Amino acid sequence: MAAKKSQQFDPVKTLAEIEEKFEMFQILNEEGEIVNEEANPNLSDEDLQELMRRMVYTRILDQRSISLNRQGRLGFYAPTAGQEASQIASHFALKKEDFILPGYRDVPQLIWHGWPLEQAFLFSRGHFMGNQMPEGLNVLPPQIIIGAQYIQATGVALGMQKRKKDAVAITYTGEGGSSQGDFYEGINFAGSFRAPAIFIVQNNQYAISTPREVQTAAKTVAQKAVAAGIPGIFVDGMDPLAVYAVTRDARERAIKGDGPTLIETFCYRYGPHTMAGDDPTRYRTSDIDSEWEKKDPLVRFRKYLESKNLWSEEKENEVMEQAKEEIKAAIKKADAAPKQKVTDLLGIMYEEMPFNVKEQMDIYKAKESK
Amino acid sequence: MAQLTMIQAITEALKTELKNDENVLVFGEDVGNNGGVFRATEGLQKEFGEDRVFDTPLAESGIGGLAIGLALQGYRPVPEIQFFGFVFEVMDSISGQMARMRYRSGGSQHAPVTIRSPFGGGVHTPEMHADSLEGLMAASPGLKVVIPSNPYDAKGLLLSAIRDNDPVIFLEHMKLYRSFRQEVPEEEYTIPLGKADVKREGTDLSIITYGAMVQESIKAAEELEKENYSVEVIDLRTIQPLDIETIIASVEKTGRAMVVQEAQKQAGIAANVVAEITDRAILSLDAPVLRVTAPDTVFAFSQAEEVWLPNAKDIVETAKKVLTF
Repeated sequence: MAAKKSQQFDPVKTLAEIEEKFEMFQILNEEGEIVNEEANPNLSDEDLQELMRRMVYTRILDQRSISLNRQGRLGFYAPTAGQEASQIASHFALKKEDFILPGYRDVPQLIWHGWPLEQAFLFSRGHFMGNQMPEGLNVLPPQIIIGAQYIQATGVALGMQKRKKDAVAITYTGEGGSSQGDFYEGINFAGSFRAPAIFIVQNNQYAISTPREVQTAAKTVAQKAVAAGIPGIFVDGMDPLAVYAVTRDARERAIKGDGPTLIETFCYRYGPHTMAGDDPTRYRTSDIDSEWEKKDPLVRFRKYLESKNLWSEEKENEVMEQAKEEIKAAIKKADAAPKQKVTDLLGIMYEEMPFNVKEQMDIYKAKESK
Repeated sequence: MAQLTMIQAITEALKTELKNDENVLVFGEDVGNNGGVFRATEGLQKEFGEDRVFDTPLAESGIGGLAIGLALQGYRPVPEIQFFGFVFEVMDSISGQMARMRYRSGGSQHAPVTIRSPFGGGVHTPEMHADSLEGLMAASPGLKVVIPSNPYDAKGLLLSAIRDNDPVIFLEHMKLYRSFRQEVPEEEYTIPLGKADVKREGTDLSIITYGAMVQESIKAAEELEKENYSVEVIDLRTIQPLDIETIIASVEKTGRAMVVQEAQKQAGIAANVVAEITDRAILSLDAPVLRVTAPDTVFAFSQAEEVWLPNAKDIVETAKKVLTF
């Protein structure tokens, strides 16, 4: 007699049930209204203003970086506008002792963690002095290989656990990066070791031109956490309060010894993939752009702060002016850095130069002194 | 002094450094309770605890990336890649990441990682277990590549590798693991990286080699001695960077040289050694520098293994061409 269907494990139904559970988490809606009061992180007025200040500053930094790139005064640059809530609000939940392993679009988090602006500009120009992190700054420079930072973050987190530090490793990639083997190895290893790591996927809808639907059949990237046996959360990546709250919670769990969390921030990049010739009009319509602009993190947060009398046009202008001044000064400093030489590179290949490097050092010293 | 196999000497080195330096961590697939598939880590987890010697999930790229992250927290990771044929899975972590740590940090960070891994033919392993892939590693600036040929060297070289502040790929030939024993001192000693060893002095021909081919080359040299040829055999021990001084001094003395490697011929270590010799000592040469290598195929596992692998007979044959040129 055939078993009754109702008693059998139904994989299709189970999948549908799991996917349904990964609803988008939101606290602040597009109108700047709190829609989820019990989840409100209740940041102090000063913190709310500081978070806004950082997002406005970062938006200006993005605009200036794009124009500096167009003038030939910056090199590699991946635009960030639209992703401020995902980047800045998640970073806002961190402490100085936390270690950031960024992707190449994650320059803002490094800057707010303490990477001097002029060094970020030198990095953009491919100058090795940009990557010489100041003592005590817990970051790696932006990773170029998509997803490689994920598994390294697990290593840093495991090291923190062994050192009994009250700190976490946090890493960022995009939804394209979530297709990489290192993404799975990273979250799986971290789950297995209960390592204090936070994995953020900024799902900005396109990996260069490839749309989100092509990356995976999964309804969300966040649900991939289930397979690794770790908590995952699908969050409105244009909502600074929601991103802040889930990152803060993930950090608390990690510090308590409850292991890693995967966070998918659902967001959008307004600009091109990088400034190296990507043309978004080949894969997106202006209708899609304007749909997302309505969700803008700065717009909704400004509305929210204004409703609490915590923000004004005057304040915003002040921040914008400050950003422009500081960027100008940083570019000047970057311009003053000595030109990078081949001998600089030869000198940092090994702790002690092997014979071949030594010989080449002499050859290039002679070339460079001409 | 104890008579040890190479695998025992490796275990001793790991034990020594786990004892010496609390930052040394040993990890990989099956290295914990099981002591590794070849027992290189036998008893280490029991002695040093699961915090220092531990199993990882089965993913080579993960193991490489984990080592990088741990190094960033001040550890001195000694991961094992279970068989070096699996290195393709972890190429980015090795060549793309840890080899570039100094470059990527403008010289402010380093990755003192020692990756141990078995390789080499003659023990009838399945596909992707035995290939000689050291050339891939030697082509990555920022790495050092070490291949011991005997138990004594294995211990001294592994201690140097672990203490080195640059990433070291430490390749262990499976055929040498248990094929012979040697006196290995219990106390610690190091053999510097980048220093070759003249295994046998001679005046007519220099054979430059490494790994399992050292034994074959010595056999060939003994064979040639019966015909009154005096053959020098140099064990490179470190193939990146090369000990150029020892190589050139030998070639200048003998005027004739050949290079023996187990790897296939194309673009390998032997080609590199030949190029260095012709760059630096061409006027000392009385004959072309020839190579004995495997053919340019993937490793011929099981069936054609014995013919595929270079041996003493092949070396004698080529040596005679060089000697009588």
